[in-house]
Amino acid sequence: MLADLGTATLAAGLLCATLAALLWLRVALVGAPARPARLATTGCLLSAVAACAALETALLRHDFGVRFVAENGGRQVPVFYTVTSLWSALDGSLLLWLLVLGGYAALLARRAYPVRLHAYAMVVVSAVTAFFFVLSHIAANPFRAVHPAPLDGPGPNPLLQQHPAMGVHPPLLYAGYLGLVVPFALALAAPLAGRDGRDWLRLARPWTLAAWSALTAGIGLGAWWSYAVLGWGGYWAWDPVENASLLPWLTATAFLHTTLGRPARRAGWNRALAGASFLLVLLGTFLTRSGAVASVHAFTDSPLGPMLLGLVLLAVLASAVLAGRGPRRPTPGRPDPLLSRGTAVLINGVLLVTIAAAVLIGTVFPLLAEPLTGSRASVGPGYYQRTAVPLAIVLLLLMGVTPALRVRDRAEALRRLALPGAAALATVAVVGLLSRPGRPALTAFGAAAFVLAGAAGQLAGRRAGAARSVRWAGVLAHAGLALVAVGVAGSSAYSQSGERSLRIGETMRTGDVSVRLLSVERSTGGGDMSVRARLRLVGADGRQRTVAPALRYHPARDTAVTVPVIDTGLRRDTYVTLLAVAADGGSATLRLAVNPLVSLLWCGGALTTGGGLLALAGGAARRRRRAKAGTSAVPVGVGVPA
Amino acid sequence: MIRRRTGRITLVGVLLAAGGVLVTGALRDTLTYYRTPGEVLTDPGATRERVRLGGEVVPGSLRRDGDLVVFRLAAAGREITVRQRGVPPETFREGEDAVVEGTLAVDGIFRADQVLVRHGNEYRPSAAPTEPPDAR
Repeated sequence: MLADLGTATLAAGLLCATLAALLWLRVALVGAPARPARLATTGCLLSAVAACAALETALLRHDFGVRFVAENGGRQVPVFYTVTSLWSALDGSLLLWLLVLGGYAALLARRAYPVRLHAYAMVVVSAVTAFFFVLSHIAANPFRAVHPAPLDGPGPNPLLQQHPAMGVHPPLLYAGYLGLVVPFALALAAPLAGRDGRDWLRLARPWTLAAWSALTAGIGLGAWWSYAVLGWGGYWAWDPVENASLLPWLTATAFLHTTLGRPARRAGWNRALAGASFLLVLLGTFLTRSGAVASVHAFTDSPLGPMLLGLVLLAVLASAVLAGRGPRRPTPGRPDPLLSRGTAVLINGVLLVTIAAAVLIGTVFPLLAEPLTGSRASVGPGYYQRTAVPLAIVLLLLMGVTPALRVRDRAEALRRLALPGAAALATVAVVGLLSRPGRPALTAFGAAAFVLAGAAGQLAGRRAGAARSVRWAGVLAHAGLALVAVGVAGSSAYSQSGERSLRIGETMRTGDVSVRLLSVERSTGGGDMSVRARLRLVGADGRQRTVAPALRYHPARDTAVTVPVIDTGLRRDTYVTLLAVAADGGSATLRLAVNPLVSLLWCGGALTTGGGLLALAGGAARRRRRAKAGTSAVPVGVGVPA
Repeated sequence: MIRRRTGRITLVGVLLAAGGVLVTGALRDTLTYYRTPGEVLTDPGATRERVRLGGEVVPGSLRRDGDLVVFRLAAAGREITVRQRGVPPETFREGEDAVVEGTLAVDGIFRADQVLVRHGNEYRPSAAPTEPPDAR
């Protein structure tokens, strides 16, 4: 029953999306009224809502006659993780994808943008929506009926049942990925829309900011999930799945910067970056969901591959053709002086695109290596440490220079950089003398101090009088990224870890932290068996507490997962993982690690996201003020004042 | 105008070249190739390079000796002894597929320093694949 209903909603969605694409095309070509097209777009959203609701109902009612529930549901699974299991496997997560995409389409459809630009952009969004409905309906229909229905299911992947971040991380990530469809659509629509298209950048910026903020939060939460669940003590492994989220973030960040100031000078950059961001989303979807790239997380083979690859190629082709048709207006005015924000924005763009290219090459290289060299290869973290990391440090230094670029007077600019520069050198000297973190980490510390001191100076001085929220948003986002850099550099330079087998009563130390094994306890319940090691943890300050990392075995999926214990502190985390337990229960193998400064990563990520949201709110407030003042005629291409 | 364009093209060329050097240089030393036990055992130069070795952990071959783990890895009818320092992941088991990373020593024993096991293994071969926890 639910199975048929679900399949019907997908079919309805496909119909609505196709209809929407055609109706919006009619609006664009002959200027037909937009109302029917808008209704069709609303129909897409309603279909996606209905599909998600149907699958959630099936999951919550344990209706194992539905394929997705038979594969990912389970009677023993807590309600929260039953709800999140919608997006814990491929087919269900496509429904969430459709829901978010449908939401963006409906929001965009309600806007009062210049008619032809709006209509062409909606054609693009509707076409993308239709494609994903096809994908879900034909290749990955979660609603297929199962005969006979099993009595119970295995539950979602045990790793995805361990952390509350599972509830927000994928939706946020999708909100980030799919929000980028709007700037993509506007960039494609602009050359088609003629005069209506001139204003696309100003319209695309808020959407990009929203998507970027969600993507930043999503990536941060993903790192947190990885740190808290996987038990290896790291938060980023340069895995294809992770890289797929980083790539669009990099180009979207570049886009947010090239649209600053006088963006009309960088028309080519803006179009290319807006297009590339969503193309990278599609490429990432192809790479991670088709089984094309072996990820440590899973090797999936699915029929989605060829269809997704087709979409990626089609989208690239369409963007290339339309980009070639773009208006070639001569750059207005005289060129930027060499030392100016315009130049800084360009260098920033070049750096971000280069990092993205290096990460992209590393990610797809294993895919290309097999046909080229005849053997499968993997690209290790060392590759990224040599390409992306040094470029990121240069980027950080560039960030530190920005406060000085606002002033025209060169002496004044240098004066503004004096204090941050001194702070950076002092940091390098002190840190270098006290410890040996290695050259990359030391440079990162110095660069981060440069940025943070500059940000503090701007906050303290409230320079330039006007408390423009966009400016503070930038300061906030940059400070957040500097904190992330400190966290990454600190945790990779100073982390200590040790692995040992302990008999009951024995102690192991890592740095100035020690654990003593008190007992090993086994228990069953809730459909899984678990064994936990009770430990006495003694911190550097002599504080004692009892912790119990566990190994949990899920018979339904025949997998064991480790449940680490993390004692979080502002300065450092103590991370204990239970690796193995002897059969007689008399000893346990443990990994004890001390990871300094990891909490800065989460703080920095939150600050950066906050910066994005502040810019979004500030932009909205400014637009409202302008609308009130009746000055709706905004000059072309002015996004954010220089 | 023309001078500016030539300047720009030169700049782009230089940037591309620099990027190319950076990427190829980094790739050269950090690539790890996947090999099978048979390939490693028959290749006389195999002891020089670091490789990833995939295969099934032969049932009954797993021994633990202090913090050393010794087992045999089989693929396509050839077997190789692997000696790994440190504890393999909790999902590592006899009869399961595993990928190890390390180098072949001259005594014909593969010294691994890393064991990778697939997360999210599906035990039902006919079922749909688990998604790579996107959650990451």
